[in-house]
Amino acid sequence: MEFKDYYAILGVGRDASQDEIKRAYRKLARKYHPDVSKEPDAEDRFKEIGEAYEVLKDPEKRKAYDQLGRGYHQGEDFRPPPGWEPGFEFSGGGFTDAGEFSDFFESLFGRGFGRGAGGRRQGAGFRVSGHDVVARAEITLEEAYNGGTRQITLPRHEVTADGRVRESQQTLNVRIPKGITDGQRIRLSGQGEPGIGGGPPGDLYLEIHFRPHPRFHVEGRDIFLHLPVAPWEAALGAQVTVPTLGGDVGLKIPAGSQTGRKLRLKARGLPGDPSGDQYVTVRIVVPRPETDAQRALYERMAREMPFNPRKDL
Amino acid sequence: MTRELTVVSGMVLDRRVVFTLGELSRACSISAEVLIDMVEEGVVEPIGEDPTQWRFPGDAVARVQTALRLSEDLRVNLAGAALALDLMDELNELRQRGRRAGLYEQEQG
Repeated sequence: MEFKDYYAILGVGRDASQDEIKRAYRKLARKYHPDVSKEPDAEDRFKEIGEAYEVLKDPEKRKAYDQLGRGYHQGEDFRPPPGWEPGFEFSGGGFTDAGEFSDFFESLFGRGFGRGAGGRRQGAGFRVSGHDVVARAEITLEEAYNGGTRQITLPRHEVTADGRVRESQQTLNVRIPKGITDGQRIRLSGQGEPGIGGGPPGDLYLEIHFRPHPRFHVEGRDIFLHLPVAPWEAALGAQVTVPTLGGDVGLKIPAGSQTGRKLRLKARGLPGDPSGDQYVTVRIVVPRPETDAQRALYERMAREMPFNPRKDL
Repeated sequence: MTRELTVVSGMVLDRRVVFTLGELSRACSISAEVLIDMVEEGVVEPIGEDPTQWRFPGDAVARVQTALRLSEDLRVNLAGAALALDLMDELNELRQRGRRAGLYEQEQG
């Protein structure tokens, strides 16, 4: 099992005062709060910080940790000494709701302290509703356009008869409605954490995020595409084929188009009420002259087309 | 052996879905009083004059839940949570604008 250096996690020295520990925790909690931070590992960091604070804020737990962890460094293989009883009851301090704790924490301080329906040991006769769960699901733009079903797997915490929390996996086949947009949430009633003592389960909120698309950029229901065109297509006008989420469509490039010209394909974006549009931004791509004849063509253009693109500078 | 999974459908919480005060407080597992406090502090803005006529858009659920987490985890009060939510919205908009600008720079580069 990996040793966790709780002092390093909070960025404080081993001799830090309780006040310093509290200040360091609050600062890091604000920085890595999953609702605030955009760092990809914010949630893990937030849990780790919460776990470190859980131990260090409580003088009794901190003392036990200091004794057991003497000589260990972050990430080193750790084994609790023989005779160490993880079920040890600590009297001091409450428990921070920091989510489930690591195996390392549980080997030192026992299980059953996580957040969620079973976070605290409940006496018999309790009827408590299960907690709501928020989960992220990444889907492709094509899935959002066509709709469909998506299999998702979530950790689930259940309280066993002896009051311990058991983690299992829950797999759901969720219908992705056609035309869902990035950041929207789907509420799945009764698919959250199970209740205790016959209490109703919580709800599951599935937050939808789009995976970056190699070709399209999306804003709301509108789709954006950069369309490369040849100089003569832009100058003379042309009928070209453009990819959309619903398949290829024909698009007329008006004569005299410049790079950056935006053309709209109405209702070719994500479906909805109203449906989004697809915006095509023209980008003129200039072919490199490879042969003498091709070079001669450019030279003839230079002679015969008096054109100064910088006359306004 | 594979087990067939039942397909579960949910409700998309967008602006087309509306909640009453009771429905939103049940959806977020909070009391109507807390929700009224949140409205007073500007965490969520309903349409309608008095609480019995309030209508909240579907995306209010996410704002209420975020405000609850911020106040539990970071000990900010509701006014602070409302400010944080507004600033986060603005930040997201700026990030998106930045991404859009980046896209065009890439084109010209």
